[in-house]
Amino acid sequence: MADWFAENGLLLGLALLDGLAYAALVFMVAVGLNLVFGVLRIVNVAHGSLFAIGAYTAASIGIFFASRGLPPWMSYVALVLAAVAVGAVLGPLIEKLLLRRIYGHEDVLQLLVTFALFMILEDVQKLIWGVQPISQDTPLRFLGTVDVPFGEDVIPFTAYQLFVLPGVAVATLLALAWFLRRTLTGRVIVAVTTDKEAATAMGIDAARIMLLTFTFGAGLAALGGALASPTTALVPGVGAQTIVLSFAVVATAGLGQIEGAALTSLLIGLGRSIAVYFAPEFEVVVPYLIMVAVLLVRPQGLFGVIETRRV
Amino acid sequence: MTEAVTRRATLLGAGATAGSLLFAGSGAHAQGKPSELKVGITTFLSGSASVFGVPAKQMGELLFEEINKAGGIGGVPVRPIFVDEAPGTDHLVGEFRRLVQNEGVQLIFASISSGSCLACTPLSDEMKKTTLLWDCGTQRIFEEGSHPFAFRTQGYGTPEVLAPLLYLLKHKPDFRTLAVINQDYAWGRDSWELWKAGMDALKPGVRVVAEMFPRFGATDFSTEVTRLLAARPDVILSTSWGGDLVTLLRQSAERRLFERSTFVLPIAEASMQILGRTMPAGHIIGARGDHFNNHPSPKDPARLKRFVDMYRAKYNEYPIYPCHHMAQAISAMQAGYAKAIAAKGGGWPNDQELANAFRGLTFDSPTSTITLREDGQGLEDQIVGLSSFNDKYPFAVPKDMILFPAAMVSTPVGQKSTDWLKTLKPEILAQVPAPIAG
Repeated sequence: MADWFAENGLLLGLALLDGLAYAALVFMVAVGLNLVFGVLRIVNVAHGSLFAIGAYTAASIGIFFASRGLPPWMSYVALVLAAVAVGAVLGPLIEKLLLRRIYGHEDVLQLLVTFALFMILEDVQKLIWGVQPISQDTPLRFLGTVDVPFGEDVIPFTAYQLFVLPGVAVATLLALAWFLRRTLTGRVIVAVTTDKEAATAMGIDAARIMLLTFTFGAGLAALGGALASPTTALVPGVGAQTIVLSFAVVATAGLGQIEGAALTSLLIGLGRSIAVYFAPEFEVVVPYLIMVAVLLVRPQGLFGVIETRRV
Repeated sequence: MTEAVTRRATLLGAGATAGSLLFAGSGAHAQGKPSELKVGITTFLSGSASVFGVPAKQMGELLFEEINKAGGIGGVPVRPIFVDEAPGTDHLVGEFRRLVQNEGVQLIFASISSGSCLACTPLSDEMKKTTLLWDCGTQRIFEEGSHPFAFRTQGYGTPEVLAPLLYLLKHKPDFRTLAVINQDYAWGRDSWELWKAGMDALKPGVRVVAEMFPRFGATDFSTEVTRLLAARPDVILSTSWGGDLVTLLRQSAERRLFERSTFVLPIAEASMQILGRTMPAGHIIGARGDHFNNHPSPKDPARLKRFVDMYRAKYNEYPIYPCHHMAQAISAMQAGYAKAIAAKGGGWPNDQELANAFRGLTFDSPTSTITLREDGQGLEDQIVGLSSFNDKYPFAVPKDMILFPAAMVSTPVGQKSTDWLKTLKPEILAQVPAPIAG
């Protein structure tokens, strides 16, 4: 064992760096999904579409800024703008027009409605952005690369991957924790999550809180997409790929658990990258193996709470 | 009992008569010119493979419009009916039947996905409906069975992998280590199997330092890129395409992986426009055929120019290889009908007569001429070259191109590709044509 670590320790170090960046991206998407489920009790399949639209919007704004000759740092403004715009426009629209009508209905109806929305938004993406891959990597190129020592060699990593992605994920986690526990609005959200009926009886406008939460969750999904956009090529279907992994994270973490989503994202990110190095055949399946292992031991998820069923 | 038998016989006789009358009626109808020639076309209209399917559909619509303006095929206007492959093979099989039985299509073009083609080809046998395999690449279709109504109007996996391998062996004969990063689905796995069989036969002893098959449609390859940077292989092979390839190459370029290894990218052509100047020069690129815009010796330069200009005028981008493959299927359709109508003295062919016309058919593509072999497989030349830039194109095009004759890199009829590749000898390299500057 010691020999193995001596031989592969450096590779493990690289896998750790890769895993952190991947975990950050996964967390940014899953946390919004988790928050929305916690408050609205709806498994939103269209969350992946919000991720994709956030990514496409960020790329479009970035391309527009570049075409206007704006400085490269403005591409970071484009990322934030995209997240805010998508969250602020699509969030309230979806919540008021669709979701509000299906609160409290059977799970299968909610799944069908959000899946239908997902399909519609997929087509909307194709109508607006076409089918050819779109890339906008100015934020990534702006920061350049960092050479990480690897024995006598060096491995170039992008600074965006090493610092920006994990940094934003940690900041989001801390900000969310602070917001939910230290602010009045956050506490109200927690109250609605815990017991909507009791919160309503105490005078809380639950409908407003749900609108606010969904808008915020949509914005987080869009921010995840915006952050991913500089690192990837955007094509039709990118939302579908994302939502599947996000569901695995949410199920493993426990529905509605923010810190759980962070820890699970980290587990999945690290598990996947270690698999790429040492057992690439398992790369695809590792997140789901982790999910199955956790759910076998804790069916409610890592941080989930067993609830009594209300009849 | 006798009465019953007699009654049954009478009923059977009446039924048979009615049936034969109906059959005769439909036969007469089939042999007369239809009011329109319906073509069912299966392609990806959604999902990640729509990066190929939609441009191909667009090109198909342009060409059918042109054909109809010129009077149709044999005087009959053509109506394409497009069907989305994305929902999967079960759905597609149902769509194939619907196209034949409900829509009454006379011909089918199927498909982009190899899985779709493997599902549709047996249906062409069953329904006796001529099916042109217009884009899929799996070698299994004609190597594992005989399909009298199916014809592939372009090349396939084996020549598309062998030609870049031969190019690599000519261009960089001293490579010792190789890594592969392909998409985790049939083509990614099959193409690696073909490459490995050929490489082991032609250059035994190459050490494979990494075999990676990331999820199809993956949006991040940074971990794989790190591993490749650490492994420092002499050569990196990737038969990936679409958004996966664009992301892989962008991430590789950003992290200077191209400076450490030579990439071999047999399907790169379709991604070059999107990558623009991000694609570094000096790496081996292919096009699933001879579809590069700077083809060094197109059979009819004016035809190729017109083809490219027509698409650019409408969509403001260069046609990519699936556009060429669609054009090839349409050209084969025109040539097949012309041959079948001529063979029938001007009459409209039935299904069997149409299928007969395709066997051994030769037709023009935008760049060259393609012949359908006796097993139904099309012989399409392959161009492979080194990525380079010039003033004419804002994206990488090949230089030092080698035009591999189709027959040289295609598995002989009756043999299986993996078996044939294992029999190759290094002497084949002496037959490789000299590079053309481009």
